[in-house]
Amino acid sequence: MLFHSILFYAFATILIGAAVGVVFSRNPVHAVMFLVLTFFQSAMLWLLAEAEFLAIVLVLVYVGAVMVLFLFVVMMLDINVESVRRGLTRYAPIGIIVALLMAFELVQLIWLRSTFTGAPSGFESYPEGYSNTKALGSVLYTEHVYAFEIAAVVLLLAIVAAITLTMRKRPGLKAQDIGAQVAVQAKDRIRIVKMDAEKKQ
Amino acid sequence: MIGLEHYLTLSAMLFVLSLAGIVINRRNIILLLMCIELMLLAVNFNFIAFSRHLGDDTGQVFVFFILTVAAAEAAIGLAILVVLFRNRRSINVQELNSMKG
Repeated sequence: MLFHSILFYAFATILIGAAVGVVFSRNPVHAVMFLVLTFFQSAMLWLLAEAEFLAIVLVLVYVGAVMVLFLFVVMMLDINVESVRRGLTRYAPIGIIVALLMAFELVQLIWLRSTFTGAPSGFESYPEGYSNTKALGSVLYTEHVYAFEIAAVVLLLAIVAAITLTMRKRPGLKAQDIGAQVAVQAKDRIRIVKMDAEKKQ
Repeated sequence: MIGLEHYLTLSAMLFVLSLAGIVINRRNIILLLMCIELMLLAVNFNFIAFSRHLGDDTGQVFVFFILTVAAAEAAIGLAILVVLFRNRRSINVQELNSMKG
């Protein structure tokens, strides 16, 4: 149990440090790398909380796909870091003050409740042979199957929207018109011209 | 013993940090999108902590759907960002004022 606590605090420290890095780093590429670290530490913490399936999904989907997409876009766009960063500190003090106030209040409330119910107790550990993936799948495909299908539609919509937004017609681009190619008839291709034979001089 | 309170505290810190990030980086759309992702992560932490605390798997199913929607949101947001950069050569939020009334 002590080892469990040590791991939790180590992961949580790295998580908060990486999140600070995301917020305050000057270079967007560094920010994305810090975000990758944040998501990875979250996955570790979820593993620690015995939510294994979501931890692996977070690493595969988020670190593997979404963060790579972010990195791709950040590197593809040629962003002038300095011009974006100008005037950074104008709203920083009020933002930090509001954030600290909110953090103080939230932490107070969370720990006030635990003083009513006694010392914080850990999560109940699952019985032997319990499979998190199996348990999630058994509710996902039965109780929540409509939500699951709607999620599929949302992903399809995202694909269509992303492609529609970023596709552009370049002028002067030479491309084949497949419909015209298929619809062509033999008589359109060849033209027989009847003419008299040339006389020999 | 690490329990609900620890996870909720961590999630609150993450949420507040990303809120500060939105205020601080409010010129750069990419950083705004990243801070929104961090906020969603903090929400997911809450869902998982309560799911484990109450012994109910529905919270984890909800996290699954949040991840799906967040992935779709990131894809569309980045596509809009690419189109925006192509048209304006800039991602500064301050310069996006062509629709002001």
